[in-house]
Amino acid sequence: MEAPDENKLAKRKKRNQFIAFGILKLLSYSIVAILVIILSFIIYKGIGVISWDFITQMPEEGMTKGGIYPAIIGTLCLVGGSMIFAFPIGVLAAIYMNEYVKDGIIKKIIKQMTNNLAGIPSIVFGLFGMSLFVNKLGFGDSILAGSLTLGLLALPVVIRTTEEALKAVDNTFRHASIGLGASKWETTSRVVLPIAFPNIITGLILSIGRVSGETAPILFTVAAYFLPKLPTSIFDQAMALPYHLYVISTSGTNIEESRPIAYGTALVLIIIVLIANLLANGLRKYFGNKVKMN
Amino acid sequence: MKTFYKKFLEKFIEGLLMLSSTITTLTVVLIVFFLFKEGIGVFNKKPIEEGYVIAINKNNIVTKISSEQIKNIYDQKIKNWKEIGGKPDSIILFRLEDISNYYSDAAIGENFEGLPNCLSRLIDSVPNIIAFFPEKYLDKNFKGRQLEIDKVTLSEFFGGKEWFPTAQPAAQLGVMPLILGTLWVSLGAILLALPLGLAASVYMSEIASDKVRRIMKPLIELLAGIPSVVYGFFGLVIIVPLIQKTFNLPVGETALAGSIILGIMALPTIITISEDAMRNTPRAMKEASLALGASKWQTIYKVVIPYSISGITAGAILGIGRAIGETMAVLMVTGNAAVIPHSILEPVRTIPATIAAELGEAPNGGLHFQALFALGCILFLITLVINLTVEFISNRNKYNKH
Repeated sequence: MEAPDENKLAKRKKRNQFIAFGILKLLSYSIVAILVIILSFIIYKGIGVISWDFITQMPEEGMTKGGIYPAIIGTLCLVGGSMIFAFPIGVLAAIYMNEYVKDGIIKKIIKQMTNNLAGIPSIVFGLFGMSLFVNKLGFGDSILAGSLTLGLLALPVVIRTTEEALKAVDNTFRHASIGLGASKWETTSRVVLPIAFPNIITGLILSIGRVSGETAPILFTVAAYFLPKLPTSIFDQAMALPYHLYVISTSGTNIEESRPIAYGTALVLIIIVLIANLLANGLRKYFGNKVKMN
Repeated sequence: MKTFYKKFLEKFIEGLLMLSSTITTLTVVLIVFFLFKEGIGVFNKKPIEEGYVIAINKNNIVTKISSEQIKNIYDQKIKNWKEIGGKPDSIILFRLEDISNYYSDAAIGENFEGLPNCLSRLIDSVPNIIAFFPEKYLDKNFKGRQLEIDKVTLSEFFGGKEWFPTAQPAAQLGVMPLILGTLWVSLGAILLALPLGLAASVYMSEIASDKVRRIMKPLIELLAGIPSVVYGFFGLVIIVPLIQKTFNLPVGETALAGSIILGIMALPTIITISEDAMRNTPRAMKEASLALGASKWQTIYKVVIPYSISGITAGAILGIGRAIGETMAVLMVTGNAAVIPHSILEPVRTIPATIAAELGEAPNGGLHFQALFALGCILFLITLVINLTVEFISNRNKYNKH
């Protein structure tokens, strides 16, 4: 009597698992499908728009024709400016957190504050950047104000990735170096940093990807609606790719006519993110293997 | 000499490192300072446009009035003084452009030099009048009485059901519809994202082969890397028209569109964190379950999921936090109507979208400007609470398990 029952049970168990795994697999692949749909849609619609002229010409006729050259340059300025500020400070802060300070209340506070900073919504950075850099310090709507705002936003990302890179360095390297009589900074700069370097650069690339797409922080600190000339100093306003996309897809006078430009701009943004991600992954893999082999 | 120099260098570098590590703390403090300094200013202001006065006849017994009452009077919803504590007489509305109904152009004068006098006489002669006009036209010997207006109160700000900061003559600063709109959209987002995200994290951590995992992981990262404005754009050109067609609506910019886009954007957060938690399930526990004859699926939902439930919760809460703070995508697809939401097929407006849409046109330092900063404060506090909750959950977990 018992044997067939058990058989039945086992069968049901198997069937349940089959169904459950099927559903899980389906749902997981549907997420991949969503990504593929978004990417292929933007690529399909935008690929015809992108040309050499599109990325090197000024916008024309109320942004319904011409290129997006000033927006690209503006975004490059902002990315560069924010990284000049955030990268060194972020790396130094991470070194201090990981190599110097001992576990305790100070480390806890700094860690907590970095986490808090990472959780603040980007629009709040925009408000802050406006009231501190634009108004209080009198930079006005400028590349400087925008870069600083974006830099603060990127700071936790840089700190986190750098910390992870430093943590991945095996402690034996440090002990060996200290044992040979090297000082703390000598150990950090000549032993730890070179090993962690590829991962730190990976973090840098990922934060560049993040910063280049941010819109909310630059709305009120730098972005110009339409400015068909290049910025000449850090106190100039500038156009930026994400803001440009927002403007021409929502509030332009000829939304329908400027749609192709919008698809092209979206594609350029996607390409930047794709390159950043591929580069970061490639570096990780390449150096990951290399470090292991040593 | 050389060792001294070396020692000095070491100390100098350590100081530099320490200084860098305080920047984040300093930034958080500065953000709090600037945000709240402007934001709290809103409760120190009267909800009437600066430089304007509201005046009544000196025999009127009403002394105080709230911004909502002013608005209702000018919308003619309140028509009798009795309703706001006066005598039972009907209210006579007066705006500056009505002056020509009472006085000739000659009396007013070419450059309005006679206007203050006219206003004073008018208000003196019409007992039930309420007048709204710029302060510069207030006569030196004004015969009427200025009505006192309450400052913006906390209960008005948080309990008010109307957000209309540019309303004349009194701004309406009720953030209730914005807060509810934000929660409404984010809740929808998490309801969509949680099942999908959970399924993916179970699949990636327990079922998929290493090869599949190695392909999926970067794809999820890529999903996190797509700029929010691109999500917004995608929503605008694909999801909004789709919703409009499917449900046969006049406009497709709805809370549902926002929830779908935010749900997609919250997926990577949920997946990464819950997958991490699931992978941390001790091998021994899983193997014990399998050895007792449980199937892999039974092990997953009886062992792995209960074990990693706090990680899953943390991921879900953090996902909600992302959704609440998201600006551009929501701004582009939700239609931005500042009304209390009743269904997912209506336009809504969230806090971040309000800030982004209105800050550009709010005069620096004015009531509207400060009200937007107050919204920023609310947003900051919400996300802070969310982050601290997540940290609390994951810390408690750490202590329990070791």
